[in-house]
Amino acid sequence: MSDATIPATAAPGAPAPPPTVAVHVPPRSWRSELRAIKIVWRRELIRFQKDRMRIVTALVQPLLFLFVLGSGLQQLSAASTHGVELKTFIYPGVLCISVMFTAMFSAASIVWDREFGFLREMMVAPVRRSSIVVGKVFGGATVASLQGVILLALAWTVHVPYSVGLVLGVFALQLLLAFSITAFGVMVAARIKQMQSFMGVMQMIVTPMFFISGALFPTAELPGWLAFLNRIDPITYAVAPMRTLIFANLDISAEAHQALNPPITWFGWDVPVALQIFTVFALGMVMLAIAIAEFSAGE
Amino acid sequence: MPTPAISVKDLHKSFGDFEAVKGVDFEVATGEVFGFLGPNGAGKTTTINMLCTLTRPTSGNAEVAGFDVATARDDVRRHIGLVFQDQTLDGYLSAEQNLRLHAELYGVEKAAVKPRMEQVLRMVGLWERRDSQVLTFSGGMRRRLEIARGLMHSPRVLFLDEPTIGLDPQTRASIWGYIRQLQRSEEITIFMTTHYMDEAEFCGRIVIMDHGEIVALDTPAALKEAVGADRIRIETDDDERAIAELAERFGLEATVSEGAVSFAVADGEEFVPRLFAELDVPIRSVNLSRPTLDDVFMSHTGTTIRDAEESAAKNRNRAVMQAMVGRR
Ligand SMILES: Nc1ncnc2c1ncn2[C@@H]1O[C@H](COP(=O)(O)OP(=O)(O)OP(=O)(O)O)[C@@H](O)[C@H]1O
Ligand SMILES: [Mg+2]
Repeated sequence: MSDATIPATAAPGAPAPPPTVAVHVPPRSWRSELRAIKIVWRRELIRFQKDRMRIVTALVQPLLFLFVLGSGLQQLSAASTHGVELKTFIYPGVLCISVMFTAMFSAASIVWDREFGFLREMMVAPVRRSSIVVGKVFGGATVASLQGVILLALAWTVHVPYSVGLVLGVFALQLLLAFSITAFGVMVAARIKQMQSFMGVMQMIVTPMFFISGALFPTAELPGWLAFLNRIDPITYAVAPMRTLIFANLDISAEAHQALNPPITWFGWDVPVALQIFTVFALGMVMLAIAIAEFSAGE
Repeated sequence: MPTPAISVKDLHKSFGDFEAVKGVDFEVATGEVFGFLGPNGAGKTTTINMLCTLTRPTSGNAEVAGFDVATARDDVRRHIGLVFQDQTLDGYLSAEQNLRLHAELYGVEKAAVKPRMEQVLRMVGLWERRDSQVLTFSGGMRRRLEIARGLMHSPRVLFLDEPTIGLDPQTRASIWGYIRQLQRSEEITIFMTTHYMDEAEFCGRIVIMDHGEIVALDTPAALKEAVGADRIRIETDDDERAIAELAERFGLEATVSEGAVSFAVADGEEFVPRLFAELDVPIRSVNLSRPTLDDVFMSHTGTTIRDAEESAAKNRNRAVMQAMVGRR
């Protein structure tokens, strides 16, 4: 459609305009901040919903891990899994990977926003920068966990029985992981302003973290260097509770539990699941705080 | 006198050791349409960014809608609308969603959002297209939508950074239509930058800025008045000799711009016959004009605005070429 088809209502000599609706912008308050957070969050959801392609493409990688790797290595691993299928074993890890990579793309949207200028529209609004950043991180986290829900629907294909507790628990853990990864991404995006470098840096950091986290292997009896890396990798503390949650719903032997879902230890001390979860949350909050500080300081 | 909509005192901005704005002073009265005119790189956007609290001034101060841009940033932001030089819409959202998002960010009362949106969208002629994705809009439609968005929260001062650049004459005219309409219907002050000389004539007062400094500030009529003289442009077979002879015989200072010898003279109509009679260089064509803003610009900066931009572009091209050659 061309411009010419639009009636030019304001051309000189046009009929008198309708009476003016004057609106008033109130001074800043916590309510205006909440409204800002909410609208930035909603925008992420609207955009996610409009981007069907992204929903489908983001499924490819987890499905490859789950079915191709899971089925392909089944023969090799059968001897040591105490009767648990490899697919079932890596399922919690795959739930995490899907969230991680979607969250990474969610965070990338702030880089696009800068490139396409929209970030500026948000930055000049009479609200705190922190509200924009918080809305962005929550939005990205919500989108990533919604993506995770699609994988949750596949639990039956890997013989994980559903229960209300399982569904809610998995969703909560996915939300938490998605929050921390998005906060990390937004923190990086405050500094790295080009899309290509951003994706490069994120891949370079997130991919090793994913592999080291034990999403694809049990964390007991690893070689010393790998055990060390595994324990300092934050993703470990998201994958382990996820696996504990899934395994709690499985009917398997005690040996299988011991071999496949060993407790995470720090110098021989069993780290409680609650502390693991708290670690992920605390890191997410720290990165969110850094992201807010970075965006508030920038001009 | 009521407080001015904008008041600027000795405003400076440096990027590293490059001084983009070198101490500007001016005041804009409420309800005025104030134009900022200057070639590329003059510092127009930098000045707007300081007034909109997007960039902190290096020194000096400025008040917008009665609030200091450095110390009361939020209050300034609540009272201004902005249309940036480059586009800042979310292309994935519809026109309506873009405006709604803006209204939410600015905390516009819920009940007022809808009627206000209808009003601004009707004004820019996009009400029927409100549900279309912005990605499907033409450049002119986007520009109009951005103007509508800038007005969503009834700002007291609307900043427009080159609102008409790259638009066809029809769209440019309708944008000027909105601006006049706004002036009549809302008590709004408009601060705009442009480098179209003809548009500057629509402003109440204009500033001419060059290399970060204000070189002139007045109403378009007064600025033209001050130039006084008519401008004559001649095309000759030998420009250099023509310039030399003009200086020698008539004491006139001429320059070459846009491919013609150009000079100012008091009574143009009477001067032209003498010119033909007394100049030894063959004249191919002659053009006499009353002073325009172009001449105002010329008389203050020594070049036409287009030449100023061409030489800036040439410098850029040269830098690019050197970078490319240097790399081989
Ligand atoms: N962030 C920045 N860092 C360094 N230099 C800058 C920055 N922003 C602007 N400048 C420089 O300041 C000068 C003025 O730029 P500005 O964008 O204000 O010009 P302008 O008058 O808006 O020009 P145009 O008509 O091209 O939009 C330019 O030389 C530009 O290179
Ligand atoms: Mg500019």
